[in-house]
Parts: sequence; structure tokens; C-alpha cells
Amino acid sequence: MTDLLAGLREALRLIVTLDADLIEITARSLQVTLTALLIACAIGLPLGGWLAVRRFRFRRAVIAVLNALIGLPPVVVGLVVYLLLSRSGPLGVLGLLFTPTAMIIAQVVIITPLIASIAHQAMRDLWADYHDLLISMNATRWQRVTTLLIDGRRALLTAALAGFGRAIGEVGAIMIVGGNIDGATRVLTTAIALETGRGNFALAVGLGLILITIALLVSGASHWALRTERRSLW
Amino acid sequence: MVAVLPLTLRAATLRRRGQVLVGPVDLTIGPGGITAVIGPNGSGKTSLLRMMHGLERLTSGSLDWSLPPATARTRQSYVFQRPVVLRRSVLANLAYPLRLRGVPPATAEARARAIATTFELTALLDQPAPSLSGGELQRLALARALVTEPEVLFADEPCAALDGRATRQIERHLLAAADGGTRLVMSTHDMGQARRIATDVVFLLHGRVHESGPAAAFFDAPQTPQARAFLNGDIVE
Repeated sequence: MTDLLAGLREALRLIVTLDADLIEITARSLQVTLTALLIACAIGLPLGGWLAVRRFRFRRAVIAVLNALIGLPPVVVGLVVYLLLSRSGPLGVLGLLFTPTAMIIAQVVIITPLIASIAHQAMRDLWADYHDLLISMNATRWQRVTTLLIDGRRALLTAALAGFGRAIGEVGAIMIVGGNIDGATRVLTTAIALETGRGNFALAVGLGLILITIALLVSGASHWALRTERRSLW
Repeated sequence: MVAVLPLTLRAATLRRRGQVLVGPVDLTIGPGGITAVIGPNGSGKTSLLRMMHGLERLTSGSLDWSLPPATARTRQSYVFQRPVVLRRSVLANLAYPLRLRGVPPATAEARARAIATTFELTALLDQPAPSLSGGELQRLALARALVTEPEVLFADEPCAALDGRATRQIERHLLAAADGGTRLVMSTHDMGQARRIATDVVFLLHGRVHESGPAAAFFDAPQTPQARAFLNGDIVE
């Protein structure tokens, strides 16, 4: 209990004094996560819409694989990305290991299936509603997907937020591929792991509280921006 | 402009999992008028309309418009029995079919507002469409189907689950559309409605056209015992 209270005090102190390290770590956390989220959404949302609208031979298999990939252990993803990017790996020449870019790659791999799967579920229900109407109105395939993406934007926001939540709180993969290097690849989660290991609980709890606050702020801001939950139904 | 009608069906059949939904049907829909498709539940009314509109692919037989299918598709609309609306405002719903056709936003909105006036939807334009009442939804669906000024309008039970006043409103709009040159093909289980507005009748039984012809003659003197029984309100099996 004392550790938690001390953590609260520490968090306040860090925020009030605008601690330089804290700001740097937080900024990197957001930079890595938001970049990964952007890329994952660019892949996952249209993929989800496409899976809902198109009927093809291996559709069910693709969806099953996608859902299985949600449960991909981040540590394993980190390991595989590490091996790919390491000096002796196939992509070693790029020199990306232990950089924020490597962390972004790992996070994209982890959250894209989650985003695509949630988007697909939402789009599928909407498509069941809209199917006959859009066929009757002669909408092209592209018009169908964009209509679903626009009208299902609130569900897509949920998908994106789920991805954001998973990415910002992720520690296993980015610890491996980023290396938690001070001033280069240290982010909130890896810093918390480090400080906890050192027995520096107040700082760890402080960083944890800041992490939770960021997650809340991002969720609130995006809901406000899309004006969800204002009206009863949609 | 070259007319899209007549529509000719020759032995057109629709099958699902080995079961015949409708057909074989031989039928010609010529220009002008209102055709009422009637018959007991499960006789294939909806399947026939969906097949004619192109929502279902024929299993066998042929279905020909006087224009190529791709062109014909752009000249017709369909109103579903259970109105489907987009999760957008009423105005956006009305403008949507025009936007799909590449009509510029300003023009599409102006035309949507114009048809909203005709259909007494002006006060609802900014409301989310899914929040409308049953009668309003049906009016919106009909207005949206007519905003593209189709040559043919298919309407599947456009007045199902509506009360008398709402039904009369819809019928007035249907008659106005027919006067404006839109060919109407509608299914109905309401014989009063068929008598009031239809010019032609297609009586379906077990997926086949059992009897068809001008409405007045059909209602005065049905030729088949089944049609006679159906009009009398007996249960036809």
C-alpha cells in the first residue's frame, strides 16, 4: 500500500516537474505505438472489410488463421522479429535491430490480426444488413467497402482502440527487439519492467499510472472526435 | 432514350438447394401500369421480384430486358419488404443512390431535398434514419428508390405492417410514380390494395404463374378455381 501511495506521489512529482526523462520515454511510447497503430489500421481495416464483402475459396481458413493470430504470444513475435533483423538474419543488413523501427515492426505484427478480426466481425454484421440494398443499387465493390467503413466507423474505432491498448501496454516483444536502451528504445512499459526489477517501486508505479492515464486520454479523445455514444442506437 | 421494357421471362426458374423457389415462369412485363403479384405465403412472390430485379441469379431459363443487363440495372429500383436504411441521416440516405452514380454532392442534395418535400420527409431530414417509425421508414425507402427516377420499380409488400393511413399515403405515392411513367411491379397480400391500384395481376401458386391478366377482368371473373378460392379468402394449398 505504501508503495502505491509513494508511486502516486512520484507520478505527480514527475508530471509537475515535467521530468525530462519521463517526457522522452512517454513521447517514444506514443510515437512507436501510434505509428504501429496507423500501419496496422491501414492494413487491418480494409482487410476486415474485404473479408466481409468478398466470398472466395479460402475465406474461412483466412478468418480462422486471423483469429488464431490474435493469440500470438508477443515474446515469440519478438523472438522471430529479432532473428529476422539480427546481424546474421535475412534483414540484418538494414541494421534495424535495437531501433524504434524494429519495435514498430513487432507491434504491427502483434496488433494487425486483432484489428482486422474485430473490423471483420463488425463489417460482417453491417454487410448482412446492407447486402441486398447495395447490390440492388448497383454499388461497385469499392463503393461497398467504403460504405461499410464509413457507416461502421464506430466499430472500427473500437478495433483501433483495442489495437492501441494492446500495443501501448506491450512489453515482451519490444523488450527483445528494442533492447530497452536508455535514450534510444526505452518506453514506458520497458522502463516499468526495469524499475520494478531494480526495486524502484515508486518510480515504477508512477510510470504505470502515467501509462494508464494515456490510455484513458486516447480512448476519450477518439470517442469525442467520432461523437459516439451520444445517440441511442448508432 | 431507349426504353428498358419490355422484360421477358422464358421458363425462368430459381432453385435453392434443390428446392424450386419460383418457376418455370413465362411472363412479359410491358410498359406502363402497375402489376400486382399476389398469391399465398410461400408461393414465390418475393423470389419472383428478386429474380426479375437481378438480386438472384436464374438457375435455368432466361430473363431479358430490351437493353443489356448492366444498363438495365441502372434504370430500376427495389423496395424491400423490411425497409433497409443506411446508418446515416435521412438526407444522406436519399442522396446516396445519386452519389453512387457520380452525381455531384450539391446536385444530389438538392434532388434529395426535392423528393423529401414530395414524400413529407422534410422535417426528418437531419434525423438518423434508423430512428424513424415504421411508416416513415417505408416512405423513406420508397422516396430513395424513386430519387433516381427509375423506369421500373419493384416493391415487395410496400405496405406490410402499416396501418390504414400510412398505407393510403404509400399508395398515393405509388400511383403518382406510375403516373410519372415508372412501371411498377409490386407484391401484396392485401387484395383491397391490389383492387385499388393494380392494372395487371399475376397470381402465383407453388412458384408458378397460375393465372394472369388485366386486374379488372381478374377480379371480376377469375378463370381458375384456385384464384376464385383465393379471392374469396379461402385457404389455397
